[in-house]
Amino acid sequence: MANRQLTFSIFRYNPQTPEIKPYMQEYRLEELPGMTIFVALNKIREEQDPSLMFDFVCRAAICGSCAMVINGRPRLACKTLTKDLPAKITLLPLPVFKLIGDLSVDTGTWFRHLSLKTEAWVHTSKEFDPKAPEERMDNETALKIYEAERCIECGCCIAGCATANIREDFLGAAGINRVARFMIDPRDERTPEQYYEVVGSEEGAFGCMGLMACDDNCPMELPLQIQLAYVRRKMLAQGLKLKVEDKIAL
Amino acid sequence: MSTYKTFATDVLIIGAGLAGERTAIEVAKHGLDCIILSLVPPRRSHSTAAQGGMQASLGNCAMGEGDNPDIHFEDTVKGSDWGCEQDVARLFVETVPIAVREMAHWGVPWNRVVAGKRTLPDGRVIEEKKEKEGLITARDFGGTAYWRTCYTSDGTGHTLQYTMDSIVIKMGITVHDRVEAITLIHDGEKCLGVVARSLRTGELLVYTAKSTVIATGGYGRLYGVSTNAVINEGSGMFLALNTGIVPLGNMEAVQFHPTGIVPAGILVTEGARGDGGYLLDKNHHRFMPDYEPKKKELASRDVVSRRMTQHMRAGYGVESEHGLHLWLDIRHLGEKHIYTNLREIANICKNFLGIDPAKELIPVRPTQHYSMGGVRTNIDGHAYGLKGLFAVGEAACWDLHGFNRLGGNSLAETIVSGMVVGKKVAEYTLGAALEYSSRLVDDFVKKDEQRIKDLISGKNGNENVYQVRAEMEQTLMNYVGIFRNGPDLEKAVARLQELHERAQKVGLRSSGKGANPELASALRLPGMVRLALCIAYGALKRTESRGSHFREDYPRRDDVNWLKRTLAYWPEGSELPKLEYEPVTITELPPGDRGYGEQTGREEANHG
Repeated sequence: MANRQLTFSIFRYNPQTPEIKPYMQEYRLEELPGMTIFVALNKIREEQDPSLMFDFVCRAAICGSCAMVINGRPRLACKTLTKDLPAKITLLPLPVFKLIGDLSVDTGTWFRHLSLKTEAWVHTSKEFDPKAPEERMDNETALKIYEAERCIECGCCIAGCATANIREDFLGAAGINRVARFMIDPRDERTPEQYYEVVGSEEGAFGCMGLMACDDNCPMELPLQIQLAYVRRKMLAQGLKLKVEDKIAL
Repeated sequence: MSTYKTFATDVLIIGAGLAGERTAIEVAKHGLDCIILSLVPPRRSHSTAAQGGMQASLGNCAMGEGDNPDIHFEDTVKGSDWGCEQDVARLFVETVPIAVREMAHWGVPWNRVVAGKRTLPDGRVIEEKKEKEGLITARDFGGTAYWRTCYTSDGTGHTLQYTMDSIVIKMGITVHDRVEAITLIHDGEKCLGVVARSLRTGELLVYTAKSTVIATGGYGRLYGVSTNAVINEGSGMFLALNTGIVPLGNMEAVQFHPTGIVPAGILVTEGARGDGGYLLDKNHHRFMPDYEPKKKELASRDVVSRRMTQHMRAGYGVESEHGLHLWLDIRHLGEKHIYTNLREIANICKNFLGIDPAKELIPVRPTQHYSMGGVRTNIDGHAYGLKGLFAVGEAACWDLHGFNRLGGNSLAETIVSGMVVGKKVAEYTLGAALEYSSRLVDDFVKKDEQRIKDLISGKNGNENVYQVRAEMEQTLMNYVGIFRNGPDLEKAVARLQELHERAQKVGLRSSGKGANPELASALRLPGMVRLALCIAYGALKRTESRGSHFREDYPRRDDVNWLKRTLAYWPEGSELPKLEYEPVTITELPPGDRGYGEQTGREEANHG
């Protein structure tokens, strides 16, 4: 059987040459066995159009660099096989994030900002003692932290999120999951009140409209829905407590 | 005078992987100003891809009981085939337990000891002690006397990098991502910073610094098939080499990992074999015990890779449209283990092979994986030849690994070298002044501007950057692989010299405007071909076999003539590297047998 002829329709725009308006460009390519979008895009760049911009790093679905909208869905391009797609493949950059050019977007700045905003590091008053053995931790707890830590910050959940698309300051599933990771961690000394400051708002856990595209789109298959419910429960409890205290204060 | 943005800082770090970020944290702790440059956002660095773990002789788990830094030292030196600096190895093994615990303090969710009895895949029953419960546990890796590799399931590099980066963010350390250093600025004695190119806009930038640290990782992508990320093109190494003054150490020492999947070359972690996986041939026979009765699948990587290649050459490889391969079998480890502790492998198999490793065999073969060689530095990480230039991690050759690195020692090295060298960088920087003439900086920028203009106009020729690059990759694949010999290496050197010439004659086919990717590749190409030549030429001249460097025509280690390190320089205008040699530092363990059954291997190879 002859290989399929694929047609790629790819979003083109270089912010350095704003006089050329955004447009869709078509490329034709013969499909090869086991071909991924990573292989296809590199072939197009090397054989047809060396100006084409896109991002790959690990090409093994570990680093989160290559998320793009593939036939309408945000996915990791490196692990998307062309055989699972029709012969016409449309590629767009992720929405929400700042465009660098063509399919390349600036997820790095967005996620660094997220880390700063949620103070996504272990808050502890303890000093590290290089001479002491490590503090003990239950292995189940370690595994639970790892489960939330697995997020690769690819941006698929943000790009596919209705709230993130209309509300610029929304933390999104990745942000809420990141907060959950530190909430679970016994080394982090932040109190529920402090977390409430971070996620107990419309920008955080309560901004979600519950469409749950994040859960469907996550290439790491993280239980984003469960993490959201966990954070919401914690924040709701804290919120109710605050309310009661407010009343007492009145 | 050209106009360009200039950034001045105390310490400039090129690369935001684990080594670069740990160095940054250390210098920032000393109150110094620091900027990290990175091709990609730090959390996309190749460090994140390390699945397996980090060696530290904590001795908490049952199979690690009795372990200590002395034994880790011995394993590392044997693994290196006595090519490493023993004072560096000693410093490393003593520091790494602290590094693991500090990472725990910062947030890494290391897997912990769970008390109780359990049965290993080979039938042995072990019992984890109650008093050790909750301490950091370890898994088995190749070339180690005890279970010593600390891990977080299958994502050790990921959790280490995310935790490290969380501290970088917490400390407010400046990171300029999507910036590529393209030239080191120096006056022949001191390194003064870099000329860089923005990968967002394409503009040239200048960074001046009292100290510059190269932390750019390995050069895996010089080879056509590599487990490495696509950004691992050896850039920091050729920046140093291009100065003409700074040498690279042991570039011929290239590690091939036994289990890259076929054909994509994506890594299946050593944890798969450490946790009890087998290698099978086309008859589904487990062949490693035939060659290595003692260590079986867990001899050092160079040995396992050679045995696999040898076995395929003997006619036992599985034939496929992508050439010969062997099988990795982890089915007997069970679904629960595979889907939790080895989940990344399950995902890779599903995504890139369309198979379920709990039910099916994984096609694997040895694949380029790690660069033992790199920017030659002393034990403080200070580069030979230029003051104020340092190197850490895989980009460096302070020489912890000699001619073969043990699994689990690279993640460990990134962090330990960041701690140790970071402190030395801070000490140096606190006593240094930044003095340079703006004329000198201007001249360096002008040179790069001219290179870019020439590439765009096609003034020097119209060679296609991707074609020359592909030929370089193929040359290394064909002639500078696991088994090497004189005639092949001569062919490689001749072909690479020709490619080096063609690399100077590249002309762009696109406009080169903005963050143009073709221009980025064209700027890197000559340096990459030079690295390839350092590898091939160093391998040709080293007429012995040591660690990963195996010469079919010289199958024995030759301590009389070759217990020394290759130093490769690239004098300006040269067509070949200039090679010099220096002795290896031996402080504790005199050269001896590695204890992997290596000797027999050499005899067999000798007889074809």
